[in-house]
Amino acid sequence: MASRHTSKVYEQELRTLRERLLLMGSLAEEMIQKSMRALKSRDAQLAMETRRVDRHINRLECEVDEMCLRVLATRQPVASDLRFITTALKIVTDLERIGDMGVNICERVLELCDDSPLPETVDLSTLANDSLSVLHEALDALVSRDTERANRILARDDTIDEQYTRVFQQVLSMMSRDPNTIYRATRIQSIAKYLERIGDHAMNIAETVIFLVSGTDVRHENRMSKSGIDSIPPVSIENAPPDGQKRH
Amino acid sequence: MMQSNLPAPSQLPARIVVEDLNAYFGGAHALHHITAQIPDKKLTAIIGPSGCGKSTFLRCLNRMHELVAGARVSGRVVMDDIDIYDKRVDPVRLRRRVGMVFQKPNPFPTMSIRENVLAGLTLNGIRPKDADAIVQHTLERVALWTEVKDKLHNSGTSLSGGQQQRLCIARVLAVQPSVILLDEPCSALDPIATARIEELFAELKNEYTLVMVTHNMQQAARVSDYTAFFYMGDLVELDTTQRIFTNPKVSKTEEYVTGRFG
Ligand SMILES: Nc1ncnc2c1ncn2[C@@H]1O[C@H](COP(=O)(O)OP(=O)(O)O)[C@@H](O)[C@H]1O
Ligand SMILES: [Mg+2]
Repeated sequence: MASRHTSKVYEQELRTLRERLLLMGSLAEEMIQKSMRALKSRDAQLAMETRRVDRHINRLECEVDEMCLRVLATRQPVASDLRFITTALKIVTDLERIGDMGVNICERVLELCDDSPLPETVDLSTLANDSLSVLHEALDALVSRDTERANRILARDDTIDEQYTRVFQQVLSMMSRDPNTIYRATRIQSIAKYLERIGDHAMNIAETVIFLVSGTDVRHENRMSKSGIDSIPPVSIENAPPDGQKRH
Repeated sequence: MMQSNLPAPSQLPARIVVEDLNAYFGGAHALHHITAQIPDKKLTAIIGPSGCGKSTFLRCLNRMHELVAGARVSGRVVMDDIDIYDKRVDPVRLRRRVGMVFQKPNPFPTMSIRENVLAGLTLNGIRPKDADAIVQHTLERVALWTEVKDKLHNSGTSLSGGQQQRLCIARVLAVQPSVILLDEPCSALDPIATARIEELFAELKNEYTLVMVTHNMQQAARVSDYTAFFYMGDLVELDTTQRIFTNPKVSKTEEYVTGRFG
């Protein structure tokens, strides 16, 4: 928004809110990066340190929530300001969940560090890179209010799902080759699931950015149009895909 | 109230169709080529910074603008297929069909509450046979009856501000208009009196077309179905209130409703 609010205090409130949100985003991103580094280098110390970042993220979540409520109550924001506030309330939830995923990854990493290294037959790096990259892009799209960028992110959801399915297959074959790996393999599988979820949260952020900028709601659009919602057979336990929890 | 999913104003039956309306005060061009459709039985709010022409627009809808010396209008304002500026239209009769309520409650000070309700009729030389019934029904309509039924012969000015404004609305209703123009009807009232009047508007919308100028954007957002934003004599945007306050099409509107103005 080019022009400024007549009220400087209001202008400042919105600026602080934006800064807090972006700080949360960068902490979440840092958490995921570091937890993956800890996994790779089997660095329990780094995993423990990284796990603590979540507290900071949780604190920011409460702050952002409170600021949003205050602005809603005192400024009665409308139009793009209203969209910004409601958007912030949503993004903050996605970021907080990403923080939780970060904690979960660190915990699985700590469990893996206690055990002997696995043979390198499961490749998490592509999935990790993709999830981190969509998260980074989503936050950039938010900063620059860039709907094209947000749209490009949404197109990557399927690739991440495919990556997850691939990792899942690799985990299965590792376990069937060597049942001794089951405990550790399921840890890897969990981490893969967390990464895939992080990707989903990044998708949510991208959709929210589109709403913030253009005022149009694109949620659930891509999936519905691509798969043709009418043609989806009812999912039972038997024929549920391995990645049973799709993004909602 | 901000209703979601209302159609665009042009897609509803129009109560008033304004075509290329211009208003002048002597040489000053106060309204520029206004074209708009005011939907029937809805509340349309008129917002915009002071001096942008809100009141002038309202006063063009019942030919009160021409009462100012040197004031002039061009263009058409069509109701029921008749241009109200047609030479054959009697402005006095028009003003009964298109009633007006002003910012400051203005009951006639020398008249009782009862006489105030009937004033629109008696001043037009009409002596209704069923005057008592009209008084009761109209005062009930504005939720004033129980409060005043035992003091109908007291002066209208003995009432509180909010009650006086409801009395003025009753005076307009008594002549059976189809359109009610409201020029900042709550700006002299406290928040509770304002809330009561807003409740009344929600009721009246079922039977009347309401057009309300307000400088209070929250009020426009709360009570209107459609909102027109005027700026420096131009109609910038007229759309559903929902649209104007969530995602207006024109950036000038956005700047105004979000408070990024001047
Ligand atoms: N009686 C009048 N004589 C001359 N100019 C007037 C008169 N009333 C209003 N104006 C001018 O017409 C413009 C629109 O006024 P008005 O419709 O009262 O604005 P608003 O109701 O939006 O505050 C303003 O520039 C105002 O100065
Ligand atoms: Mg005015």
